[in-house]
Amino acid sequence: MTAVQEPTAEREIGRERRRKEDQRLITGRTRWTDNLNLPGMLHLAMVRSPFAHAKIVSIDTTAAKNATNVVDVLTGADLGEAQGACINAWAITEDQVTPPHLPMPSDRVAFAGEVVAVVVARTAAEARDAAEMVDVEYEQLPAALDLKEAATDAVLAHPDLGTNKSAFWKFDSAEAGTGGDVDAAIATARDGGIVIEREYRQQRLIPAFMEPRSVVVDPTGEQITVWSATQIPHILRFAIAATTGVPESKIRVIAPDVGGGFGGKLQQTPEEMIAFAVARRIGKPVKFTETRSESLMTAHHGRDQWQKMTLAADKDGKVTGLKVELLADLGAYVAIIGGGVPVLGAFMFNSIYKFPAYQFNCQTVLTNKTWTDAYRGAGRPEATYGIERMMDELAAELGEDPIEVRRRNWIDASEFPFTTVAGLEYDSGDYEKATQRAMEMLGYDELRAEQKRRRDAGDRVQLGIGVSTFTEMCGLAPSRVLGQLNYGAGGWEHASVRMLATGKVEVITGASAHGQGHETAFSQIVADRLGVPFEDVEVLHGDTQISHKGLDTYGSRSLVVGGEALVKAVDKVIEKAKPLAAHLLEANAEDLEYVGGRFGVRGTDQGVTIQELAGAAFAAHNYPEDMEPSLDAEATYDPVNFNYPHGTHLCAVEVDTETGQVSIRKYACCDDIGNIINPLIVAGQVHGGLVQGIAQALWEEAVYDDSGTLVSGSFTDYLLPTTADTLSFEVDHTTSPSLTNTLGTKGVGEAGTIASTPAVVNAVVDAVRHLGINDIQMPCTPQRVWKAIQGAGSGGATPGAAMPHFSEDQPGQDSTEGAGA
Amino acid sequence: MIPAQFDYLAPTTIDEALAALAEHGDDAKILAGGQSLLPVLRMRLNAPEMVIDLNKIPELRGVRDDGDHLVIGAMTRHSDIAKDPQVGEHAALLQKAVHHLADEQIRHRGTFGGALAHADPAGDMGAPALALGCEFVIAGRDGVRNVAADDFFVDLFETAIGEDEILTAVRVPKHTGWGAHYEKFVRVAHQWPIVAVAAAVKVDGGTITEARVGLTNMGSTPLRARAVEDALRGQPATEDAVREAASRAAEGANPPSDLNGDAEYRAHLATVLTRRAVLTAAGV
Amino acid sequence: MTRISLTVDGAKVADDVEPRMLLVQYLRERLGKTGTVVGCDTSNCGACTVHLDGTSVKSCNVLAVQADGCEVTTIEGLAQDGELHPVQEAFRECHGLQCGFCTPGMIMQSVALLKDNPSPSEEEIRLGLEGNLCRCTGYHNIVKAVQHACGQGAGAQQEVTA
Repeated sequence: MTAVQEPTAEREIGRERRRKEDQRLITGRTRWTDNLNLPGMLHLAMVRSPFAHAKIVSIDTTAAKNATNVVDVLTGADLGEAQGACINAWAITEDQVTPPHLPMPSDRVAFAGEVVAVVVARTAAEARDAAEMVDVEYEQLPAALDLKEAATDAVLAHPDLGTNKSAFWKFDSAEAGTGGDVDAAIATARDGGIVIEREYRQQRLIPAFMEPRSVVVDPTGEQITVWSATQIPHILRFAIAATTGVPESKIRVIAPDVGGGFGGKLQQTPEEMIAFAVARRIGKPVKFTETRSESLMTAHHGRDQWQKMTLAADKDGKVTGLKVELLADLGAYVAIIGGGVPVLGAFMFNSIYKFPAYQFNCQTVLTNKTWTDAYRGAGRPEATYGIERMMDELAAELGEDPIEVRRRNWIDASEFPFTTVAGLEYDSGDYEKATQRAMEMLGYDELRAEQKRRRDAGDRVQLGIGVSTFTEMCGLAPSRVLGQLNYGAGGWEHASVRMLATGKVEVITGASAHGQGHETAFSQIVADRLGVPFEDVEVLHGDTQISHKGLDTYGSRSLVVGGEALVKAVDKVIEKAKPLAAHLLEANAEDLEYVGGRFGVRGTDQGVTIQELAGAAFAAHNYPEDMEPSLDAEATYDPVNFNYPHGTHLCAVEVDTETGQVSIRKYACCDDIGNIINPLIVAGQVHGGLVQGIAQALWEEAVYDDSGTLVSGSFTDYLLPTTADTLSFEVDHTTSPSLTNTLGTKGVGEAGTIASTPAVVNAVVDAVRHLGINDIQMPCTPQRVWKAIQGAGSGGATPGAAMPHFSEDQPGQDSTEGAGA
Repeated sequence: MIPAQFDYLAPTTIDEALAALAEHGDDAKILAGGQSLLPVLRMRLNAPEMVIDLNKIPELRGVRDDGDHLVIGAMTRHSDIAKDPQVGEHAALLQKAVHHLADEQIRHRGTFGGALAHADPAGDMGAPALALGCEFVIAGRDGVRNVAADDFFVDLFETAIGEDEILTAVRVPKHTGWGAHYEKFVRVAHQWPIVAVAAAVKVDGGTITEARVGLTNMGSTPLRARAVEDALRGQPATEDAVREAASRAAEGANPPSDLNGDAEYRAHLATVLTRRAVLTAAGV
Repeated sequence: MTRISLTVDGAKVADDVEPRMLLVQYLRERLGKTGTVVGCDTSNCGACTVHLDGTSVKSCNVLAVQADGCEVTTIEGLAQDGELHPVQEAFRECHGLQCGFCTPGMIMQSVALLKDNPSPSEEEIRLGLEGNLCRCTGYHNIVKAVQHACGQGAGAQQEVTA
C-alpha cells in the first residue's frame, strides 16, 4: 500500500483551474492534422468497395492515372509487402482465428468501405475526381452479416478460414477457485428460488469523434514523420515498424491536436498504413483526411453483442449465481484490441455485488461488417448494462424497490478490500453513501410517489425511475495481468521532468491527450509536488521524438497510471536536487526539508529554491563531485492494481405511451472517483460520458441493410443528440481515495458512459412495466417503445433504410439489426 | 467533401436566369439557399455541369401584401419568414413550421422557394404550403403560370416546375385569424421529421368552421389530410370531436419505412399528431 | 476560375477560385484560416459555422463564389485588439470545451444567438445551438457558458461540491 497524499485547500490539486489548453482552442489557433500543409505535399483519395464481400476481379486505373495533376494510382498489388499490416495486439486465446488484415487487399474485400486503390494527386479535389474514374470489377460473394447467423457458420466472412468463430473465452469461478459452481446455483434456484433469464442486445455504435481522422506522412527527413489524429502515437509507431520493416528509430509519430477519440482513434488504421507506404514510394509528403461518411463507414465501430444472462437468487432476493453467455461481433477483422473488448467486461458483470458463483462465456465472431474495437468503456458498459438490467428484473420479480435489492447484494463499506468472484481486489468504496446522496439529489422518494399517482390515474405520460449502480476497473493496466491475459504489450506509463535553466519546468508524458485536459491537470500535480507555479509547468506529449516512451491514452489510464509516473519522476528530481542543495547551502542533506519548492535548513532561514538549483545545475560551476550536473529525471510506472471508481446514477424519464417518445426529466449521479485533481475537468468528463451513454440508450445505432451497406452512414441517420435533446445534470461525488496510487485518484473518463445507459433503459422499462413490459431493445426509439406497449416484445428490429434526403435511390427494406430479437 | 467540377452563373434578373437555364438544360441545377443541394454535390450524388445561383436576383426576395394573398418571393430566407409580421398575421402556420426547420444556421441561408422546389417529402414547408392552398408562381420562357398547391408536388423530389422553369414566388391565401400549429415528431432535434402535421383551423363560437391539415413525410409528397378536414368541419372544438376526426389522418397516405419508423408506426403517429396539432391550433 | 473579393476577419482579400470550392475550403486552404474546421459532409455538425454578412451560416454549405462582396467573420476574427470576445471567455471560464474541435462553430453560433436574443432562457439556448454537434461535453457546460456570457448564473462554479 502506498501513502496517500491528502488534498488540501491551498494546493493546486483540487482547484478548479481553467484549462491551459483553451486559449488556443477558443481562438482557432489549432493544430489539427488536416491543418498541416507541407511543401510539395500530395493528397490521397481512397477508392472503397461498395460491397460487403466480394472478389476483386480487376482494377483499371488507366483513366485515373491519365487525369491532370494525378501523380499515381496504386492498388494493393502495387504496394505489396510495403504496405505492412494491421495488427491484432490481443489474441484472447491461443487458438484465436485471426484473418490476415492488409491495409489494402488485392484479392478480396471483406466489408463495405474497404480500400482497394489509392489516388495520389496535387490537390484533394483532383484526387477525389480521379478516384471516381478508377474502374473496379468485383464478383460479389455471399456476406455474413447477422451476428447470430454468422455464429452458425452458414455463410463465411472469410471462406479460407473455414469458420466465423474467432475465439471462445471463458471464466468460471469454480475452476478459478474464486467462487462456487454457477450451474449448481442455477439448479438450486430453479427449485424454490428465483431464476431470471434474459437476452439483451448491445447494438452496434460508432464512436463519432468530432474530428474526422487525418494523416500526414513526410518521408523527406532522415526520420519519416507521421502526423495522425490518433490516441496512440507510440503504439502506432511500433505497429508501423513491426509490419513494414522500417526501423522504429526511423519513424516519428506525432499526434498534434486531436479532436476527440472515445476509443475510436485507438487503432492502427489502413489509411495510416497506406499513406505511409505511398509517401515512402513517392518520396513526397502526403495527406489523407477522411470525410464524415468515410469515417462513419470505416473507422472502427463499438459494442455489438448479444448478451444471454441467467441470474439465480434465493427467494429473498440474494443472488446465488450469475452466468453470462456473450456473442460479440468483431466485424471483418480482429482489430488492435478487437476480441479483447468483451474480455475487459468479463470481470465486471458481478459489479459491486457479492455473488458466490459466476461464469462468463464469450464467443467472438467474424462478419462482413466494419471491424469493431474499443468504444468509451470498452466491455465495461456492456457488463454494467447486463447486470444492472438483471438486478432491476430481480427487483420486479420480488416486487421490491430496485435499490433495496441492490443493497441486499452489494459489498458493504466495511468489507473493503474485497476480493470478488471474478478474482479482482476492490480497494475502496462506499456504495451506500453514494446511493443515499444520489437519492437525495434526484428526490427519489417524491418521484416514486408521483410515479404511483400517475400510474393509478392511468396518465398518458408515465414516469419511470431507473437505477444504475456501477463500478469499473480502470487504469489499464498492471503489465503482469495483461501478460496473463495474453495481451501484446504492457500497461505501464512513462514520464519525465526537465528542469530548465530559467526555472521553468517541462513535463513529458507518454499519455496522449485528445481533449481530456492533461496539460492542466498534470500541471496542477507537478505544481503541488514540486512546489513551482502552475504557470511555469509546460506539459509536452504526443510526439514520439519528445515523449520517446509511452503507452498513450485509453481505458481511463492517463491520470491514474500516467499521473503516478509523473509523481515518481518529480520525486526523483527532488531527490537529485537534494545533494546539490546541501552542497550549495553547506549543510547536511539530512538537515534539509523540502517545502513549497525550496530546500531549507531546519531551524534556520537558509534555503535554496528548486529554480535556483535548476540554474545552478545548468551552469554547473559548483556541484558535488559524485553528482551529474542535471536535475532531470524520468520514471516508468507499472500499476500494481486497477482502481475501481463507483457510483450511483438515477434517472427519471417520462414516456408518452401514445407515441413511445421518451424524455429525460431529471438525471442525478453521485460518483466516487477518489481524490479529484480538477473538479471542473472531472465534471466535464462526467457530463460528456453521461450523454454518450444516454445516446446508446435512446438514439444511436449503426444499422446495415441486407446487402451489408451501412444505412446509418451520415449524421442525418446516425443520430447524435444535440443541445436541444439533452439536459443539465445533477452531479456530485463522494470520496474514497484509491489506495493503489499516491494521489488517491481513480479514473473518470468512462464512468458516465458506463453508468448512464442502464439507468436510462431501466427508467424506460420502469415507466411501462405495469403495462406488461420487461424489456425494450436499445436504442429505445419511440417506435420500439410504442410497439412494446402494443404487445410486440422488446420493440422489434430497426428497418434497414435511411430517409432519402440526399439520394433518390430506392432504399432496401430489410435490416440485420436486431434480427432474431 | 468536395463537389465535382461545375461552371457557375449568378444572373441578376429572372430573365437572365431563364436564359441560362434554357441554354444549359438538364446539365444545369438551380442553386437557391443551397442547404440541400450543396450536401448532395459534396457527396457527389449529383454532378451538374452548370450551377445557376439565384441569390443575386433581388426581385426574388421579400414578402408583400397583395390583397387577399401574401406573395412570398422564392428566395426569401427561412429566417426572414420566421420574423416577418405579415406572415405572422396572415399565414401563421408557415411561421410555426419554419421555426422547426433544420437549425438556425440553415434557416439563415435556406429559402422558402428552394425548400418547396426540392420537394423532399420530409421537408417542413411542403405540408403547410399545401394546407394553406398556396399557389406556385412559375416563370418560364413563355411567361408566368400559377400552379395550385394540389398540383405542385408530383413525387419524391419532383414538382410541377419544368426543366426550363423557375419557381419565383408563392402566393399564400391569407388565413387571418386562423389558429395554426405545426406538430413535428423527431428523435433528435436536427433531424427531418419522422412525421409532422400542419394544421390551421378557424374556430367560431367553439365550433370548427374550417380546417386545413397537411402531413409531412407520410408519402412521396406532402399530403393534405382531407378526410380529417371534412370530418372537422362543423364539429365542436373539443378533444373528443377532434380525436374522432384525427383518427382518419392516415387515410390514403403511403408512409415510408426507414430507420426512424415503419409505415404502421407512422400511420399511428399521424393520427396522434393530427389530434395534437388541431387541438393546439384551435386553442383547446 | 472565378474572381472573388471579400472581407475576412477585417482584411480585404481577393482570389481566383473554382466555382466548386466551398467557403470553408477557401478559408482553410487559401487564407490559412484553419481555425474553422470541417466535421461532416451533410451540414449537420456546425463545426464550420462562420458569420456571413453578420448572420451565422455553415461555411461548408456556401460556395466561396457566393461570398463574393461579402463580409466573413471566423473564430479567428472574433477577439478584438487582443481582447477575447465575452463568449470565448465564457467557454473557457465554464469549461465549455474539451477536445475543442466543435468549439469554433459552437462559439460563432453562440455569438449569433446572443445577438438575436441577448438574454435567452435555457430552452432558447438549447434550441439555438441545435445545429452544432459536440461529442465531448454533453452540452452541459456549453449551455452554462452561454448563460455566463450573457450575465446569467455563476457558470460552472456552483455545481461541483466534493
